[in-house]
Amino acid sequence: MTITSHLFDLLIAPFIEFSFMRRALVGSIALSIGAGPIGVFLMLRRMSLVGDAMAHAILPGAALGYLMAGLSLGFMTAGGLIAGFVVALLAGLVTRVTVLKEDAALASFYLISLAGGVVLVSLRGSNVDLLHVLFGSVLALDDPTLVLLATSASISLVSLAILFRPLVMECVDPLFLRTVGKSGGISHLGFLALVVLNLVAGFHALGTLLSVGLMMLPAFAARFWSATLDGMIAIATLIGIVASGFGIIVSYHAGTPTGPTIILSAGVMYLLSILFGQRNGLILRLIPRKHLAA
Amino acid sequence: MTVSRAGSVQLHDLTLGYDRHPAVHHLDGCFQAGSLTAVIGPNGAGKSTLLKAIAGSIQPLGGSISMGSGKARLAYLPQLAELDRDFPISVEDLIGTGLWRQLGPFRRYSNDNKQLIADALEQVGLSGFNSRLLGTLSGGQLQRVMFARLIVQNAEIILIDEPFAAIDTKTVTDLMGLVQHWHGEGRTIIAVLHDMGLVEAFFPECLILARECVDWGQTSNILTPDNLAKARTMIEANDPHADECERAA
Repeated sequence: MTITSHLFDLLIAPFIEFSFMRRALVGSIALSIGAGPIGVFLMLRRMSLVGDAMAHAILPGAALGYLMAGLSLGFMTAGGLIAGFVVALLAGLVTRVTVLKEDAALASFYLISLAGGVVLVSLRGSNVDLLHVLFGSVLALDDPTLVLLATSASISLVSLAILFRPLVMECVDPLFLRTVGKSGGISHLGFLALVVLNLVAGFHALGTLLSVGLMMLPAFAARFWSATLDGMIAIATLIGIVASGFGIIVSYHAGTPTGPTIILSAGVMYLLSILFGQRNGLILRLIPRKHLAA
Repeated sequence: MTVSRAGSVQLHDLTLGYDRHPAVHHLDGCFQAGSLTAVIGPNGAGKSTLLKAIAGSIQPLGGSISMGSGKARLAYLPQLAELDRDFPISVEDLIGTGLWRQLGPFRRYSNDNKQLIADALEQVGLSGFNSRLLGTLSGGQLQRVMFARLIVQNAEIILIDEPFAAIDTKTVTDLMGLVQHWHGEGRTIIAVLHDMGLVEAFFPECLILARECVDWGQTSNILTPDNLAKARTMIEANDPHADECERAA
């Protein structure tokens, strides 16, 4: 057997043979496209842990949806979105009217929310259901879920295009944006809404906790390949897509759970980027090179 | 470029502060349209607070601020600390944010806009720096970029807060040239400064602030050792358990 046919069997054939593999791939690509750019902004705004907090915050909403209608896509999505938005708004409110800073406000509400969520899930659910909410089921994506993932990616891209300029200004020079207009608060809330949307879409595939991984790890890796915002966004999206495909295929052959394997793939790409990245990668730093004349 | 005369800033019994403690106390007066005023005083005198309030980013505890006739455009350059220099944005794009009022979130840069940005870069002596990233600039270069953004903002009222802290003489000279150029164009300029030599040499008007107004008028008349000493003693009298202010509004 030639190497190419070997590679074909290894990498392509499973996708041709099984529709659940194709669905998993399409779903996680959609997720990467939506979440990648958002992860870059979170990282640049030093809000890397906000995704994590938000993922926890979503849990009680999804759990409430589950309590009302079982494993229903619509109810769990709506519940997750509402819980996420409520926590984002409350945290924003507390930040504005009290002495607490945003990280403290967000942490407080996500902790309350998470505890509530766990209580709700354990009230009725079995452990299998809890596992579904926490770790998703990327190999069981049905049509409505795929549509949801694609819709979320589309909404994210369009909204980011709309918010892009004020968002960048908010990052670099928030005070300036405040003196020339009122859009700082709107763009900030809109951006948080996008974070919530992507995490809620993501939890159907990867679960509430791991969906943050596909948002943040590619962004961190991208920092080692590009110095510009556009470059980072493109590379983060690409890394997310590659990690998805790679994770799915590895989990197929190795028999490991797919969601975590996707995130582990992204983790491996992140570690490789730290080592080999062309911008401040560690290896490059070890190679002695003469400095430039000017 | 000519600028209309709508650009005066009036302060009416203005009190500003934090946590009900006044940082600026019962300040009355007017920055005339087209005036060039230095705001001086010891640290903690309320200079930056005054600029923030004029820029509209904090609300007065008492009194009010009004801007002459019509709606004057205002540009505000705060102290450097408020900028995230690690963010990957080019010099050109940062200066472009000065066009926010015209372009809003969506409109593209027109060729005129691009020319304006290039001209501004040339005026601050940074031609060719268009695509340099913010993080690669020195302190002085960054301040030149911030002045370039002030240029494209084309505002009638310009507020600058300690623009020359940790800046070398050459850069100060270049940027002061710009300030004088703006003054010649009839813009109202209010600058917080610590360098008395600079104030004496270039600023016709001066406001000496020490929470209260120590003196406000022509620099040559009021910039006296007496006034400066007075400013220093006034600011030391800070009482954390102060009673509510009974002074009539």
